[in-house]
Amino acid sequence: MEPFKHHKGIVVPLDRANVDTDQIIPKQFLKLIERTGFGQYLFYDWRFHPDGNPRADFVLNYPRYKGSTVLLARVNFGCGSSREHAAWALSDYGFKVLIASSYADIFYNNCFKNGILPVILEEAVVSQLFEEVGRQESYSVYTDLENQTIRKPDGAEIHFEIDQFRKKCLLEGLDDISLTLQHEEKIRSHEKKLHPFLLIDVKR
Amino acid sequence: MPQTLFDKIWEQHIVHEEAGRPGLIWVDRHLIHEVTSPQAFDGLRLAARRVRRPDLTFATVDHNVPTTDRTIPIQDPISKKQVEALAKNCADFGITFFNLGSPHQGIIHVIGPELGITLPGMTIVCGDSHTSTHGAFGALALGIGTSEVEHVLATQCLWLEKPRSLEIHVDGAPPRGVTAKDIILTIIGHIGIAGGTGSVVEYRGNAITALSMEERMTICNMTIEGGARAGMINPDETTFRYIRGRKYAPKGEVLEQAEEYWRELRTDPGSTFDRSVQLNASNMTPQVTWGTNPAMVTDVTGKVPNPDDFSDPPMKRAAAHALEYMGLEPGTIIQSIKLDRVFIGSCTNSRLADLIAASKIINGKKVAPGVRAMVVPGSQMVKYQAEKQGLHRIFKEAGFEWRESGCSMCLGMNPDILAPGERCASTSNRNFEGRQGRGGRTHLVSPIMAAAAAVAGHFVDIRSWDIDS
Repeated sequence: MEPFKHHKGIVVPLDRANVDTDQIIPKQFLKLIERTGFGQYLFYDWRFHPDGNPRADFVLNYPRYKGSTVLLARVNFGCGSSREHAAWALSDYGFKVLIASSYADIFYNNCFKNGILPVILEEAVVSQLFEEVGRQESYSVYTDLENQTIRKPDGAEIHFEIDQFRKKCLLEGLDDISLTLQHEEKIRSHEKKLHPFLLIDVKR
Repeated sequence: MPQTLFDKIWEQHIVHEEAGRPGLIWVDRHLIHEVTSPQAFDGLRLAARRVRRPDLTFATVDHNVPTTDRTIPIQDPISKKQVEALAKNCADFGITFFNLGSPHQGIIHVIGPELGITLPGMTIVCGDSHTSTHGAFGALALGIGTSEVEHVLATQCLWLEKPRSLEIHVDGAPPRGVTAKDIILTIIGHIGIAGGTGSVVEYRGNAITALSMEERMTICNMTIEGGARAGMINPDETTFRYIRGRKYAPKGEVLEQAEEYWRELRTDPGSTFDRSVQLNASNMTPQVTWGTNPAMVTDVTGKVPNPDDFSDPPMKRAAAHALEYMGLEPGTIIQSIKLDRVFIGSCTNSRLADLIAASKIINGKKVAPGVRAMVVPGSQMVKYQAEKQGLHRIFKEAGFEWRESGCSMCLGMNPDILAPGERCASTSNRNFEGRQGRGGRTHLVSPIMAAAAAVAGHFVDIRSWDIDS
């Protein structure tokens, strides 16, 4: 995985609470067996008319937010289905940083596996950002993971909290599986002690 | 110190723990389906890794398979490719696979329990949020993403931050016509769709222990709709009775020892939870969702709310948006809402007991003109058992379509979808925008409420029907 250290990008505001992963990537695009190419389907039903033409009234299609890489969202972003396709679509579209007051658990996990930083800020701070982003064209922020800060265009910095282990994994682009295999001895000893009811006779 | 069911399972499964890090937990069962696994198998191949425990891994196809005649090949070439990819992956890596045509094919969360793959005290994962279903057996069952699927395939372990605990205590006997579906919809309406975030729920109280395994599965299934990581119910005699004799369940002495162990798993008296919610089932009513998430729910005797009823500005906006999408006016009486479609199925409500209950409602009646209704059994085994009892005839005579097993119109990945603007009474779990088809309007209800709505052509209060006959 690509490490994430810092990122500067234009912020696009998606002013809806409880955005579910069915909206982020509708089911008709889950049939692909690859990990790439999902960006074109991101927020598909909101972004496009049924005939495939872009909807002028959806925020991602506003010319002023073209090239945005930071998504500002509301509470409980990414709820519902566990589909990692949601994280793949956001990443493939170009998003590196998400900002919201909370995320659904599985989606939050999936972000970290794909080099996306989901920043959690107080609801009031998020609301303030929505206001500022709406007022100023090309509003961009500089996100620094090492220092856990978001620098606004006026230079003011917002501090954010993040689990230190998750932070380390993102900063170093750590591969979970190789990390786990360092504990091979412990896995093997656990495996040897399994209760007999847990074992399967596959010939049954 | 008294321990909860969750504490005990966590302790039994922790492989590695260190301060400030998630725990590495052992996974007893890994369930796989065609949609969230192909990229994980690709990852394994790229890194030249094997599946560590193919013997503890089970796969089926459910999400995108057609529910029509199984003798006809899958028409959609992309769906076909995904199904074939899973068949190849299972063959290459030595995983037990229930393909189309297998008598054990079905929705992964229906066949796991039905085949005795799901047992108390286990950790169970699947690349699907409704894995929470298996918690009904007193297992810790978690939905995971595809990267985690790959991780579990390679290591049979999962990194997991120890979640908080949430007790949902439900006492009292639900009135006639109020089902497990109504209990869980009431709970979600009460705690909200993010009410359980970061937590594992333990459902307790005499209203829960009185439930059958199928009803408990309905409750635990929708735990994710309240945002929680997992939902669990203490294993008891009801659980053990269900398990005995199932295909992959332990037998003989191993089963005896297992039952002894499972009895000790129960949450100890005096255990504490980080948070507790108390509800009473005796004053619950049949529920109908009116909006675009499962917490937007009300009594069948109620009305569609006015966005102005909500004081919180984001909720006010969300409600206005939901009503616009749903094509509903504030104040509309729920029972006056007319339907185009009825769907009985999904991992929430497609088990034999659900179909029996629905069949009793429609027996000798007809689906209302203008309504298209379908039943999609959760598995081939459910379908077989239902047919043995003649349920298919009751449904067909009433005008329902009787289908092959799969996820079907719960998420509409296969050809079973709503047309734009169509309104559906559905026994599934999500009423998100476009979930059952772009522009489709979903109202979540219990199987008996869906069956009655099919006959009436609009929602009805099932309590006013003679439902014990």
